[in-house]
Amino acid sequence: MIAIVDYEAGNLTSVKRALDYLGLENIITPDPSVITGAERVIFPGVGHAASAMKRLLERKLDKALHNAFAKGIPILGICLGTQIILSRSEEGDTQCLGLLDGFCPKFKLSNPLLKIPHIGWNSVSFRKGHPVLDGIAQNDEFYFVHSYYPVPSDADCIIATAEYEIEFPVILGKDNLIATQFHPEKSGPSGLRLLSNFSKWNGK
Amino acid sequence: MLSKRIISCLDVRDGKLAKSVKFVNTVDSGDPVVTAKKYYDEGIDELVFYDITASSDNRNIMIDVVSRVASTIFIPFSVGGGLRTVKDCTKVRMAGAEKINVNTAAVANPSLISEASLALGAQAVVLSMDVLKTGVSAKIPSGYEIVTHGGRNKTGLDAIEWAKTGEHLGAGELVVNSIDADGTKEGYEINLTRMIAQAVTIPVIASGGGGKPEHLYDVLTEGHADAALVASMLHYGEYTIREIKEYLHTRGIKIRRT
Repeated sequence: MIAIVDYEAGNLTSVKRALDYLGLENIITPDPSVITGAERVIFPGVGHAASAMKRLLERKLDKALHNAFAKGIPILGICLGTQIILSRSEEGDTQCLGLLDGFCPKFKLSNPLLKIPHIGWNSVSFRKGHPVLDGIAQNDEFYFVHSYYPVPSDADCIIATAEYEIEFPVILGKDNLIATQFHPEKSGPSGLRLLSNFSKWNGK
Repeated sequence: MLSKRIISCLDVRDGKLAKSVKFVNTVDSGDPVVTAKKYYDEGIDELVFYDITASSDNRNIMIDVVSRVASTIFIPFSVGGGLRTVKDCTKVRMAGAEKINVNTAAVANPSLISEASLALGAQAVVLSMDVLKTGVSAKIPSGYEIVTHGGRNKTGLDAIEWAKTGEHLGAGELVVNSIDADGTKEGYEINLTRMIAQAVTIPVIASGGGGKPEHLYDVLTEGHADAALVASMLHYGEYTIREIKEYLHTRGIKIRRT
């Protein structure tokens, strides 16, 4: 059973629909005990870092995510979920979960023709292998919608990057945690492959 | 680097495709979900479903279509047509659409853009604008005017000003549909698209006039569009998505190939 963390952040049903399509048992839940008892956890999110953190704290989901991480449960962060696993975000100058040490700055680009948010399909370049990337080609494209990007303090946690005037991290990984800035649930067959790989990953 | 997007638009009436979509050697079922799946399998980057159902009694049929699409294809898609209130927009979003698309209702009531943006996030709000070349005047300094009802009703709004207003109110993307170019298959309105793309900082999707892959190349380069909408060139089987994408790729446009 995959627990999808419910903290009213964006359209959680998109993730659910993709898992249903793949025939993967899942539940959308705000219950900390269901999350710490799940086989796997998906931590999605769209929206503002500050309001997301507020709702997580209200529901004591911050502790649940820390506990799940400490217990070795495989966790997949998506989009805002990936940003707020770091310690801070520039968005609303927000103190975040700190599962990984790091910061989320906003894009500051010099080319006026490059739009912010960074919306659309971009090539993802792998720095290292990971079980969730099994069968996915180097430089395959994934769907992004975001204005901030995740920068872990330890560069060893960067699994993949993309380029938008600057090169920035788009997949982070440490131990049983893997997190994507893009939306695998909206990235066609490659995104579904990543979700399917995650459902088989033991977190090691 | 970010790829340019190819987006296809499907008109839906009472839950069925409004215009027959013809493919070589296949029977058109009239089911928008079947066509969406076919385009998804061929590598379309995004889809737009435009509900042209006349009777409000049949609006719930569209919600069912949206929900079936969301369970079948796993790329972003937006839904427009008949969305007049934030409640309408939220309903479509909850049914699984990534984005909502407002046009005439936003001209009549611009606060719909800001309210929808606040409720769903700017990334979920697409402002579609129908534009007609009416000539430069004191009221229309760009020479391009916002129109409704297929060009029959002029609004007195300058297209560039309306684009900026839309961005300011919280739209996350703009569809710039040239009524002059629409249906001509002679190419997108490059000048208009470029003027708007340079006036705003949000992505611009060019619409109307696409008849050949060269037209997409022109609007994605000279027109500075971030994406191009294609309809009849795909629906009538004149080109496949792969052919269009291969063409753009060979001409050096960054495009997602599957």
